[in-house]
Amino acid sequence: MEDYANLKKTPLIENHNKLGARLAPFGGWLMPIQYSGIIDEHNWVRSSAGLFDICHMGEFEVEADLSKSNLEYLLTFNLNNMPCGSCRYGFMLNNDGGIIDDLVVYRISTARWMLVVNAATAQGDEEYLRQNINNDTGLKNISSETGKIDLQGPLSKKIIEKTFGINLDLEYYTFGYFKILGKNILISRTGYTGELGYELYLPAEEVETFWEEILGDERVKPAGLGARDTLRLEMGYSLYGQDIDNTTTPLEAGLSYFIDWDKEFNGKEALLKQKQEGLKRRIICFAADSRRAPRHNYRINYKGKEIGAVTSGSFSPSLGIGIGMGYVNEDIALGEGIMFRENSIVIKANITKRPFYKNGTVKYKEIKNACSG
Amino acid sequence: MLVPDNLLFTKDHEWAKIEKDTATIGITDFAQHSLGDITFIDLPKPKAVLSQSKICATVESVKAASDVYSPLSGEVLKINGELANSPELVNKSPYEAGWFAVIKIADLKEKDALMDTAKYKEYVETLSK
Repeated sequence: MEDYANLKKTPLIENHNKLGARLAPFGGWLMPIQYSGIIDEHNWVRSSAGLFDICHMGEFEVEADLSKSNLEYLLTFNLNNMPCGSCRYGFMLNNDGGIIDDLVVYRISTARWMLVVNAATAQGDEEYLRQNINNDTGLKNISSETGKIDLQGPLSKKIIEKTFGINLDLEYYTFGYFKILGKNILISRTGYTGELGYELYLPAEEVETFWEEILGDERVKPAGLGARDTLRLEMGYSLYGQDIDNTTTPLEAGLSYFIDWDKEFNGKEALLKQKQEGLKRRIICFAADSRRAPRHNYRINYKGKEIGAVTSGSFSPSLGIGIGMGYVNEDIALGEGIMFRENSIVIKANITKRPFYKNGTVKYKEIKNACSG
Repeated sequence: MLVPDNLLFTKDHEWAKIEKDTATIGITDFAQHSLGDITFIDLPKPKAVLSQSKICATVESVKAASDVYSPLSGEVLKINGELANSPELVNKSPYEAGWFAVIKIADLKEKDALMDTAKYKEYVETLSK
């Protein structure tokens, strides 16, 4: 057995063991990759509901009166016109326009915010924020006392309402506080799967109770990070550390929708320069002509020339073919054929656009609309 | 972990069932379990000549692509066509419906390099400790 002693564990580690989960390191944490099997869990989320342990992600509580704080300058999207009780997805950029992290910001009240960041980048994000926020901004890392579980799938609303006896009438990318089991729980209608879904932010000591309560509904199955990865890839969502990082800009990553060009933000100058000079590389999405999947780092060939490499690639359980994304240094039109070669493996694919899977209960347009203001 | 009698095994978790001068080959229950959901199998072509311990197939799961090494040398007589559309047969039935190919054994002495059921069981136990 590998030595997992140095990895952080979520409050649900024993529950995962009891469920027979396969565990593996992810972002410094020991996380469940699968329970019944990736394809089974994937299909269950698309047709019913899957429960994910997402306690590894980082949360910061920020006090920022936007008339005095410079928080707005550190994020690519508009905070000022966000209604209280809404959330938005976007980026924190370095001076070169590279993505320090992608995150979701919750506006709790006029001057109170919650930032939800990736596990592997949480420490770096905190350091960056502490170095760059002004004296009028308060920052508290609440990751260790905050647990997070996500229920995702077309039946998720009904299940939460029935389990906890509440009305969960939330618009996409909004949240509310709900009195459940005597606690005040933040629930947002957000997710990373393309299905109707909710994310529950809980006191760490309450996570197990909520996990067990929700799993008590037979329409729910636990789902691991394996299914989370195939679900997000079918939607064309980027994974930090794989499809985007501090060397890629939102323009190259095809994510300019999450940038508000009417405001000033760190990295904007670099992005404008990149826009003006033209992109030297850009992300493409591709669908293979068979069940065979292009994998991370496979070389992308176009008209006999190597033009880039795969960042994310997998078999798509919903579509029954290989799908993926990668960066290329040429401008290739939709529908064009490309090829992957890796030792004896040869895979043909065509350029397509996000999302790969179009029958999700969340529509792509909704995501973009919810995050622009 | 299922390990049937009367098969021979490799350290890479392939099996061979020898009948006279032919052998049916596949991957073990341990292998299919470690791989998880199998999504695609690139089998050798009929008439291809396989060499013992050399790559004879590639198995893809949701998470990764893995090479399969031939337990014996010989010419491919038949392949399991069902696996093209139903690769999950290897997960469900690694020793029966999920067989990969039948080969004509080139050198029966090569079987001395393989483990019998008892030895393979022992080997698998050392791995899961």
